[in-house]
Amino acid sequence: MTLLDRHIEFLEALRGAGLPVSLSEGLDAVTAMGLIGWNDRHQVKEAYAATLVKRANQRATFDGLFELYFPRMIGSGMTELFSPGSAEAAGVAKDGPEALDEFTERLAEALQADDVEMLRQLAAEAVARFGAMPGRGPGLSSWSSYTALRRLSTDELTSRLIEGLQQGGWTNEEAARAGTRRVDRFAGLVEADARRRIAEEKGPEQIAKIAVRPTIEKLDFLHARRADLEALRREIYPLARRLATRLTQEHHAHRRGAVDLRRTLRSSMSTGGVPVDLRYRPKRPHRTELVILCDVSGSVSNFATFTLMLVFALREQFGKVRAFTFVDEIHEVTSYFKPGADLVDTMTELTKATEHSARMGRTNYGRAFSLFQERHADALGPKSSLLILGDARSNYSDLAVDSLRAMAESSRHAHWLNPEVRTQWDTGDSEATRYGSIIEMRECRNLTQLSEFVHDLA
Amino acid sequence: MPSRTSSWFSSPAEAVTRLGDVGYLADGSTALTTYLAGALEKPVLVEGPAGVGKTELAKAITRATGAELVRLQCYEGLDEARALYEWNYKKQLLRIQAVDDGQAWEETHGDIFSEEFLLTRPLLTAIRREEPTVLLIDEVDKTDVEVEGLLLEVLSDFQVTIPELGTMVSTRRPLVVLTSNATRELSEALKRRCLYLHLDYPEADREREIVLSQVPGLDDAVARQLVSVIGRLRELELKKSPSIAESVDWARTLIALEITDLSDKAVADTLGVVLKHSSDVDRAVRELRLKR
Repeated sequence: MTLLDRHIEFLEALRGAGLPVSLSEGLDAVTAMGLIGWNDRHQVKEAYAATLVKRANQRATFDGLFELYFPRMIGSGMTELFSPGSAEAAGVAKDGPEALDEFTERLAEALQADDVEMLRQLAAEAVARFGAMPGRGPGLSSWSSYTALRRLSTDELTSRLIEGLQQGGWTNEEAARAGTRRVDRFAGLVEADARRRIAEEKGPEQIAKIAVRPTIEKLDFLHARRADLEALRREIYPLARRLATRLTQEHHAHRRGAVDLRRTLRSSMSTGGVPVDLRYRPKRPHRTELVILCDVSGSVSNFATFTLMLVFALREQFGKVRAFTFVDEIHEVTSYFKPGADLVDTMTELTKATEHSARMGRTNYGRAFSLFQERHADALGPKSSLLILGDARSNYSDLAVDSLRAMAESSRHAHWLNPEVRTQWDTGDSEATRYGSIIEMRECRNLTQLSEFVHDLA
Repeated sequence: MPSRTSSWFSSPAEAVTRLGDVGYLADGSTALTTYLAGALEKPVLVEGPAGVGKTELAKAITRATGAELVRLQCYEGLDEARALYEWNYKKQLLRIQAVDDGQAWEETHGDIFSEEFLLTRPLLTAIRREEPTVLLIDEVDKTDVEVEGLLLEVLSDFQVTIPELGTMVSTRRPLVVLTSNATRELSEALKRRCLYLHLDYPEADREREIVLSQVPGLDDAVARQLVSVIGRLRELELKKSPSIAESVDWARTLIALEITDLSDKAVADTLGVVLKHSSDVDRAVRELRLKR
C-alpha cells in the first residue's frame, strides 16, 4: 500500500467516524506533510490534527484512528531485540509463571516511575506475550487486551503502586487517585496496542468501524459507558452555556418590535408631518415557564440525568422551572434547582431524591399522569411549556390518556422527548404512538439532538 | 526548500526556541501549528478555555518574528465599518464645501473618494501593510454571523474590494491568529480555511515552568505544590476552572504575603485569588478537605 492510499483511507475513516473532512483540508494535510516530512511520527500526527480536526471533542476519535492507520510499529516491534531487560535477552521463556513475574516486576517499576515511554513499550510487550491467542478460527481476533490485563492482575498492581506511592510520601488520597489513574492509562495503552495488532491482520478499516467510539455528541445516551458518562457530564455545562449565549444573542438580534404608529405620528409633528423617525414598540421578552416530568426508572435514568442537568444549567433562560420525577409515584424536585447552586451537588441530591418517585419500582406512566393531575394540576398554565422525558414504556398498565390530554391542553406548548431509536417505538410495551398522538414526540438520543431541541424550545 | 518557507519560522523546533526566547513556552503541537501557519500561509484558529494563553500566543509570535501586531477585538455588533474601512464623512464634507464653484462634480467626486479620506480599520490595515504583520482576530466567537462572512473573503484571498478604489490585494500575507472561547459554534466554512489548534491547560511540569518564568523569586517547592493544587482544582467540576493566569496571580499573591509553604490553611486563605464563584470555593474547600 502506498502512502497516498493510506492517507486517503485515513481520511475516509475519519469521515466515517463523523468528522467533516473536506477535500481542501485533505490537500492542506498533504502540503503540510511535504513541509515537515514523514520522519517524526509525532509531528505527522500533530500536523494531521492541525489540518483535519476542527473541534476539540473530535480529537479523541482522531487519535484512535491515527493509531490504527499509522501504527507506532509493526508486529512486536524492535523493543524485544534491543531492550536489554527483555525476556529473550535474559533467556527466560516467552510466557509462563516466571516470565509473568519478571514482567510484572518491570511493569511495577515503570508505573512507580510514571515513565510513559517505558509503559508504552511494556504495553506492546504485554500484548505480544500474554495477549496472544493463537490457533483461533478465522474471523476471530488473535490478540486480546482482556486476556493480557487479566493475566497481569491489574488490581494487585494498583494496590501495590498505591502502597509504593504512600511510602514515597504521598497522602493516602493522592496516592489512590494517582495509582488508579496510572494503571487505567496503562490498560488504555494495552487496549490500543491490541487494536493495532488486530488491525494489522485484518486491515484498519474493519477495526475502525467497530472499535472507535463516535464523537461525544453522537454518543447514544442509553448505551454510554461509565467513562463516557463522565465525559458527557463535562460536556453538558459548556454546552448549556453555549446555548444560553446563542439564545441571548438571537434575542438581541430580534429585539426591535413592530412599528408603533401612534408614537411615530406624534414625533412627526416636529418635521411637519413627515415621519422621519420610525418609532418601534419595544419587544417584551416573553419568558416561558417550564414544567418537566421526568421518567427516572432504570432504563432511562442516564438520559434523565443529562436532560435535568441541561435544564438546570439553562435555568436563566426560563422564567420559572418546575421539575417532577416519576416512576409510578410523582415527586416534585423543583426545590433542588437553586440558583447559583453547585451542579454536582444538585445532581447528587436529585439522584437521592428520586427514590421517592418509586413505590412499586415499575414504570407506570398512567398512574404518574393521573397523580400529577390530582396534586399538581396548578403547575400548568397558559405560559408554561410542558416537557415530558421518557421512553413511553409503561409495563402494559392503564395509560391515563385523558389525564395527559388535559395536561397538554392546559399548557401552552407540550413536548415529549424519547431517548429510544425511532424504529423501536411501539415494540413491546412502548406506547409511543398513542402518547405521540396527544403530545408530539421527538427522538432525542444524543447531545446534538438535545441541543437542537432546547434551541427550538427557548 | 521552496520559496513557501517564508520569513516566519524555518522549522517547528525553531518555533519552540524563538517563542521560548520571548517568554512563551510552547508545547509541541503549538509550535508545529505556528510553524505551519507561517509556511502554509493559512490562518490559525486557536480554541480553548479562557486564560490558557491564546491571545498571548499571537503576541509572542509578533515579538519572536519582529513583526507588528494588528488587533481586531471582536464583540457583538461589530460591523464592516469597524472591521474593514470607512470613509471620513466629515473631512469629505469639508472638502466639498471648500472647492471652487467652477469645479465639475466628476472631479469633486474623484477627490473625495481617494486615499486621503479612507479610514482603514484593522482588517484592511493588515492587508495593506508591507512589513511583516501578525493579525490577531480576538474572540471571534463573539461576532455576529455577518462578520464571519466578511472574514471568509478576507482570510481566503487576503483581498478587500472597495467599490470606489477597486480591489486591494495584500502584497505580503499577514500571519493570522483567530482566538475563540467556543461560546458559539463557528461556521464550517470559516473553520475549513483555518488550521486548528486546541490549547488546553498545560501539563503540570510545563505549568510550573511557566509560573516560575513569570514570577521570579518563587520557590521551586512552592511552585510544585501550587501547580498540584491547581491541577486538582481543575479536576473538580467548577463553574470557572482556574487558568494559567490565575496560577500566576496566585504565585504573586504568595510572594506578596511571604508564604513559603502552601499548607492547607494557606490554600484556604488565598483560595479567592484562584476561584471566582462562591459555590466553587465551597466545593473546593470540601473536596480538598480544607478547614476554614
